[in-house]
Amino acid sequence: MSTAIFTDTMTVFNRELRPLRRDPLAIIFGMIQPLIFLGLFSPLLPDGSLQWFVPGIVVMTCLFSTSFAGSALMAEMQTGAHERMLVAPIARSALLVGRALKEIVPTFAQTAIILLIVTPFSFELHLPGVVLGLIILAIFGVGIGALSYSLAIVAEGQDWLFWTVQQTLLFPMLLLAGILLPVDHAPGWLQAMSDCNPLTYIVNAERALFAGTIGADAAWGLVAALGVAALGLILGVRAMRKTV
Amino acid sequence: MTAKMIETHGLTRHFKVGKETVEAVRGLDFHINKGELVALLGPNGAGKSTTLRMLTTLLPPTAGTAAVAGYDIASNPRQVRQHIGYIGQGNGAGHTQRGREELITQGRFYGLNKKAATARADELIEALDLAAVTGRNVGTLSGGQRRRLDIAMGLIHEPELLFLDEPSTGLDPQNRANLQEQIQRLHTTRGTTIVLTTHYLEEADAMAERVIVVDHGRIIADDTAQNLKNNLAGDRITLTFGEASHTIIAAEHVTRLRPQAAVTPTAGSLTIRTIGGPELLPSLLRDLDDQGAKAQSAEVVRPTLDDVFLALTGRSLRESTNTDVQNAEQEVAA
Repeated sequence: MSTAIFTDTMTVFNRELRPLRRDPLAIIFGMIQPLIFLGLFSPLLPDGSLQWFVPGIVVMTCLFSTSFAGSALMAEMQTGAHERMLVAPIARSALLVGRALKEIVPTFAQTAIILLIVTPFSFELHLPGVVLGLIILAIFGVGIGALSYSLAIVAEGQDWLFWTVQQTLLFPMLLLAGILLPVDHAPGWLQAMSDCNPLTYIVNAERALFAGTIGADAAWGLVAALGVAALGLILGVRAMRKTV
Repeated sequence: MTAKMIETHGLTRHFKVGKETVEAVRGLDFHINKGELVALLGPNGAGKSTTLRMLTTLLPPTAGTAAVAGYDIASNPRQVRQHIGYIGQGNGAGHTQRGREELITQGRFYGLNKKAATARADELIEALDLAAVTGRNVGTLSGGQRRRLDIAMGLIHEPELLFLDEPSTGLDPQNRANLQEQIQRLHTTRGTTIVLTTHYLEEADAMAERVIVVDHGRIIADDTAQNLKNNLAGDRITLTFGEASHTIIAAEHVTRLRPQAAVTPTAGSLTIRTIGGPELLPSLLRDLDDQGAKAQSAEVVRPTLDDVFLALTGRSLRESTNTDVQNAEQEVAA
């Protein structure tokens, strides 16, 4: 039974990856907004800020692309492809986990693209830190992807509901995590909100790791990523079971 | 395995729409034997699709039970899924995927290993004449091609029982004929039990050995199309006369001859609804000639399932739609 769940999950994962493998450029379309921030916002920052700014952009890219993930499921719920899979004798959890795991692939590819772009511009690459940072980001991406799929299932084909919730949550999360500007000197209430935002811990961890510091910030980032992933997968699997 | 492929007891499904409860399916009791080809016929919103969604484990019943392919839909949905094929109203293949790869994935979902899934996919591609299009993105295929791909996906594991939900909706007449031929071939060559829903009378009439007529969530008739037509509708004979008095003579004569027939005289014509119309007509015309009521024209129309539905409900199937249930189904299905 458990090997069947694993096989099902891998089948779903491979199926999800197929369009991406055929059309890798789609990975770049998913990161146009972060690239615009990188090109048009980072030059406004004081010299030497790139090391601080780039990890935030990496997290932003991951958040953007994984939070969009649900739209693909929504499309398949409307065409009937999802229904066809629900009638197949596969574990409901595999339908969600396989999709969510796919989010690791664009996350890795997009981070690599950003690092390729910025490394010539006085950005110091600390490889062990970056690898650890990617692992945390991948876990976080799976969680956000799972939450996005849950939202798609709950929205039940009402596109506007999905997009309204996704867009409403996206920017406060970004701003409160201090991705564009630091929140160190923010008023107390904004600080408090920032402390409640899991994204804050991810961004702090990525900044520390990309600077080569493996310590408490990284550990808190891992905890936050695991928390988001657990929440996303639990909600997602529950939502998927309910659609039956 | 029992001879019964499907057996339901009090199968019921309600939907909540706001504060109202819509009774989409009301206590269905029926069974379908192995090897039957059955059509569930009824207007939009009659509860056909809801019934199908319960039998295919997509929707839990509000009350009642059903065993499909020998397994209970509520307690053993996985076994039910393993044994049935399902071709839904939409397109089973993802629009960003390619046909052949979707077929192989589908095979993997049903437990085939990679080699077996690939072999089976290629077999179906050949059988359904899909070779030219399965390398393309599904989104670029025509409606008819996608439908053939849907059929291939539904057959990947050679199910002994196949469900089709409104299979020919949205297809042009040629593709519809193609589809019907494929379904019938599957039924005759492999003995697959087939259950389909339709609101096309011609489709139910042409394909099904047994028609279950559903209206307002209940079964209102269940028989072969021929029996339904003979027993519930009968043939329609229309005679026209040059003189109104002849119409009256004819009406009186037919009423004496066939007390059970429905006889409706109008200004210049007479409509008779009765069984065995073609056999009755020649002698009837001779009799009327003898009585001086000379018919100017005579026509016999064989009954359709629409006449059956009309006889059962007083409504024509073509115009009939239970919109409230339909909306509820759409909301839940979305």
